[in-house]
Amino acid sequence: MSLLEIKNLHCSINGKEILKGVDLTINKGEVHAIMGPNGNGKSTLASIIAGRDTFDVTQGEIIYEGKNLFDLSVEERAAEGIFLGFQYPVEIPGVSIANFMKTAINEQRKYKGLDPMSSMEFMKLMEEKKKIVELGTKLASRSVNEGFSGGEKKKNEIFQMAMLNPTLSILDETDSGLDIDALRIVASGVNALRSNESSTLLITHYQRLLEYIIPDFVHVLFEGKIVRTGPKELALELEEKGYEWLR
Amino acid sequence: MDNIKKAIRPKEEDFADFSCYLTQLETYRINQFNGFFFEKNNNSVLLDRNIIICSIKSAIEKHKSILESTKHLHSFNNDDEGLFIYIPNNITLDTPLQVLDVIKTNEALKIESKTVIIIGENSHVKLIYCDDTINDNISKTENKISVFLEANSSLEYYKMENINNSSSIFTDTNFVLNTNAQLKTFWLSINGGDIKNKLNVSLEGEYSKAELNGLYLVDRDQIVDSEVSVNHNKPNCHSNQLYKGILDDSAKAQFKGHIYVSKNAPYTEAIQNNRNILLTDKAIVNTQPFLEIYNDDVKCSHGATVGQLDESAMFYMRSRGISERSAKMLLMFAFCTEILSKSSIEELVDTLQDIIKRRLHGELSSCENCVLLCSTPCGTSDVDMSKIN
Repeated sequence: MSLLEIKNLHCSINGKEILKGVDLTINKGEVHAIMGPNGNGKSTLASIIAGRDTFDVTQGEIIYEGKNLFDLSVEERAAEGIFLGFQYPVEIPGVSIANFMKTAINEQRKYKGLDPMSSMEFMKLMEEKKKIVELGTKLASRSVNEGFSGGEKKKNEIFQMAMLNPTLSILDETDSGLDIDALRIVASGVNALRSNESSTLLITHYQRLLEYIIPDFVHVLFEGKIVRTGPKELALELEEKGYEWLR
Repeated sequence: MDNIKKAIRPKEEDFADFSCYLTQLETYRINQFNGFFFEKNNNSVLLDRNIIICSIKSAIEKHKSILESTKHLHSFNNDDEGLFIYIPNNITLDTPLQVLDVIKTNEALKIESKTVIIIGENSHVKLIYCDDTINDNISKTENKISVFLEANSSLEYYKMENINNSSSIFTDTNFVLNTNAQLKTFWLSINGGDIKNKLNVSLEGEYSKAELNGLYLVDRDQIVDSEVSVNHNKPNCHSNQLYKGILDDSAKAQFKGHIYVSKNAPYTEAIQNNRNILLTDKAIVNTQPFLEIYNDDVKCSHGATVGQLDESAMFYMRSRGISERSAKMLLMFAFCTEILSKSSIEELVDTLQDIIKRRLHGELSSCENCVLLCSTPCGTSDVDMSKIN
């Protein structure tokens, strides 16, 4: 059984059709990359999977581990193992990372019928996971993303991903705005979390990220449809030729 | 309502069952029951330092010269009840003073009281003024409070309104600041049917500074009115108003913020902000900034917002598995912490956080599912930040 199956997905926003029939299947253990020019629906697709309701899904379905994703709320999807790494992580002044993450973990545990994690366990987990992305020691008490540099924000996304240990990670333009050192740290974080039981969907419009995180499949999302799927070499071809030849 | 009975001096023992919620905080307690001052004998430390705490009546008898040394804005009668606090020059009190204004009544009651507070030159004091009701009976309180800060003095002033929702309280507070005096106020309107505050700050000495903070958390049919006015009468003074509120159900709030800069007050810096979150379509907030500036060499700004909880923050939190309700709680609490972070009394902040958390928790009967972990009754222990860093 595949982990995620998107079938003929159509969606629009304010009457404008953005996705025009997307089909995509992701199996466990796979890394997929979706590339394509800006404004062609990549981030929209990511948001719909995570549950953002600003879009109208007009046709199609998404099956995740045998469940109809549209029957699940945003937080239920998260508890079922879906994680979205945001292109623009949101600043939440006054909410500490520790409280944010502890609440997230324990609410996910509650959903699964597990007891809350103790403070000790939680602190240990935080210590361990923040090393993956080389985030500073004061992380726990800082407000979520407030005053973070672009690089720190993206590292923080990967840190949260590590804390929540998702089954499907969707990383939306995680490479944008990163210098080469930050990119390397973020990529090695993602690689460290790869397993046979989890899958990753990378959304990017640069081939650069894919030098660090090697995908199993590359898809091109162009004008609301996946117009081409290929091996990792497809990314290089796109880098060379651009997207226009796919039209 | 206007025909309700006026309070008479109650018996002290009737208030024996009152316990203050600021249990973690060491304070010098000053008791007022139904608006009447009650002498407490255990504050000998204060007496040793020539601090005067007495009723207005005995202040008029024994300390008339001190009372008259200030240009007080409220007039007094010989039979006035109420409270007089005098801090002589050069006194620094590390432990806060706490005025407990407690109301207990078996029938509808009207309470009028006056308070005069004088902070001497170069003295530094923190004062927490709590309004509490013990039972659910109707009371209607009118307080007039005059506070004088002499040169180089400082005062951190807390007003905590925590009365039952059948009762109303109107507080008219005047602060007068002399040269280089520093005032910081915290107005916390949490419980009460009809809460009105008129706050007037006069900056009468150069380099005086007033930082005025307010937080109102109201629901059901509560009404809270804040009328704040700051008068810059001398050069080089600084004022900053920050009032924030969360309104649920059909609650109503009004904020009128007035900044007056006299032509004699160049180099004034005056800031005003009022921020509101409305949780329902029925909640109403009316915010009115009013700036009256008669000098060109000033820096003034004002801003007002009325909005809902940040949708993108809500989605971000929910995408991590946090339920909608918990995400709301966290955001509302975060909204309040900006005010609390300005306090210098750590133990008080802890307690206030708990009070706010429980207040935000609102009508919900059980706290077992709440993510806002209070240190007392409801919750399990929160993450201990000191151990993480």
